[in-house]
Amino acid sequence: MRFPAFKTYAIAYLLFLYAPIALLPLFAFNDSKVIAFPLSGFTTGWFSVMWEDQNLWTAAKNSLIISTTVACCATLLGLFAARASTRFKFAGMGGALGLIMLPLVLPEMIVAMAMLAVLLAIGMPLSIFTIILGHVLLCTPFAVAILTSAFQSLDRSLEEAAQDLGETPLSTFWLIILPLVMPGIISSLLICFTISLDEFIMAYFLGGNEPVLSTYIYGQFRFPARVPAIMALGTILVCLSITLLAIAEYFRRRGIAKSGGTDTGGFL
Amino acid sequence: MSAKDTMIEFRDVHKYYGDYHALRGITGTIRPGEFFSLLGPSGCGKTTLLRTIAGFEDISSGAVLIDGRDMAAVPANKRPTNMVFQSYAIFPHLSVAQNVGFGLRKDPRSSAEKEKAVAEALEMVGLKGYGGRAAHALSGGQRQRVALARALILKPKVLLLDEPLSALDKKMREQMQVELIRLQRQVGITFILVTHDQEEALVMSDRIAVMFEGEIAQLAEPETLYRRPNSRKVADFIGTMNFLKAKVLEETDTAVEIDAQGFGRIHIERSQVMGGATAEGPTVGFRPETMTILYEGSPATDRESMATIEEVVYFGDMTYYDVRIDGTDHPVRISMRNVFGRPVLDIGTKARIGWSPGALVLFR
Repeated sequence: MRFPAFKTYAIAYLLFLYAPIALLPLFAFNDSKVIAFPLSGFTTGWFSVMWEDQNLWTAAKNSLIISTTVACCATLLGLFAARASTRFKFAGMGGALGLIMLPLVLPEMIVAMAMLAVLLAIGMPLSIFTIILGHVLLCTPFAVAILTSAFQSLDRSLEEAAQDLGETPLSTFWLIILPLVMPGIISSLLICFTISLDEFIMAYFLGGNEPVLSTYIYGQFRFPARVPAIMALGTILVCLSITLLAIAEYFRRRGIAKSGGTDTGGFL
Repeated sequence: MSAKDTMIEFRDVHKYYGDYHALRGITGTIRPGEFFSLLGPSGCGKTTLLRTIAGFEDISSGAVLIDGRDMAAVPANKRPTNMVFQSYAIFPHLSVAQNVGFGLRKDPRSSAEKEKAVAEALEMVGLKGYGGRAAHALSGGQRQRVALARALILKPKVLLLDEPLSALDKKMREQMQVELIRLQRQVGITFILVTHDQEEALVMSDRIAVMFEGEIAQLAEPETLYRRPNSRKVADFIGTMNFLKAKVLEETDTAVEIDAQGFGRIHIERSQVMGGATAEGPTVGFRPETMTILYEGSPATDRESMATIEEVVYFGDMTYYDVRIDGTDHPVRISMRNVFGRPVLDIGTKARIGWSPGALVLFR
């Protein structure tokens, strides 16, 4: 590197980005109620404190239900949109896709407030279900983006070849298309799950009294004594997220390699 | 033509893509067991026509009949045709054997019999023992063989080949041409090949349909296409043809008397008179190898003209001469086989050119 200043900047930038995350496990295993240096000793006590917290289990259960449902719904919707947009040309396609992708760039706060206003206006009680609605809106663009790239790398003549060999459009989809886009589907499921799992604004606005992991953690920060246990929870969540994203990326790359395409960049 | 002599029949087939008229009234028949080629430049509609046989393309009007049956209401998966795609369309997630056996899924035979059929099909295309390999790890030539085996295992009435050799290198392409001809003789199935390579079409086909802009310009055997192209456009597309301006002097029922630039007065039989002249007016056309440069002691030819050699292109076994025949305004190309002891002539040499009226074609 010819300019040491740039190198310093790059290192400082990465430190700023990732050092706080590295602190999570540090304090999670630290034998002190105060989040500060110097560290006072090693303990796994905070993990058992966390483990015995019933409210946390409720929140975790809610989050799991939401994330799983959202991942499935968003991926299914994404599957339809991606298939339609890569296979057919129809009037209003650009506009429709633009509207689907819009939540990616809209401030989440605005979307959440608008949804809250509408839900209240039509008299729908706030619950896990309303959080799911919001999260599906949020996750569908990601699913569409991932699945579109999976469908685009499919050679159109593969479908024709299957039909030429006697398969119906339905069995062609089942025998040829689905297996070939399966890595994309798995990747989409995992990424949507991850996004939904740690989403806060929607969950806070649309959740009513139902706690989920993100709002529960936020709430716990009001009690300093609970913070180390939250650090322990955070450590587990970080590990889980990294694992899920790594699996998602693995399947995405494997999908590209299988269909013989070249990698055009992904999330990792 | 009776139904027995016809495998495929096109009846005034039209195809529109919006305003674009892709097929403009295709009429013609393809015989059972023949190696038929659809030849033309890109965008001429040859692939579209092939796809109407396979059922991947609906036609706007007219009819396509396979073995006497109108295919209008028959979807692609129910037609007695199979296709080898330009990209080969090998299923990348399946093994070679699973690819080849893909079409046998609904076959009532036992799985042992099906395995035997797959092995036989692989052996037929020279891939014996490749069944267990992953499809995405195959080379281009191997993919093509798998595609062939996968299509032929179903014993279709017609095998459709969409530019199957275009992705291969020259050596491999020539080898596959020979193998395809051998395979076609072996299985006796009607092969329909789409190609833009005139040489490939001439080498492989029993008959060729030359297509331009959605129409069949000429449908004939390779030799007829080459020796008696029915228009200047076909003549230009297939091989090299020289053209010289001509004037029609006299016409009878059996022949035409013309005065051709550089050649003088010529008697041309009716069978050598074609339509398809361009705005230039009537022209005579001839192939480079129908003219010879006469050396001392060469056998006499019907007619002779004097010419000057303007360019020499040496090809080892052949030499191409661009010569200007006295009294003409542009050079014509003559090809001569190089024979031991006969010198290659230099630029600027005056030479006698021997020719015969029977080798000429008149476009008017």
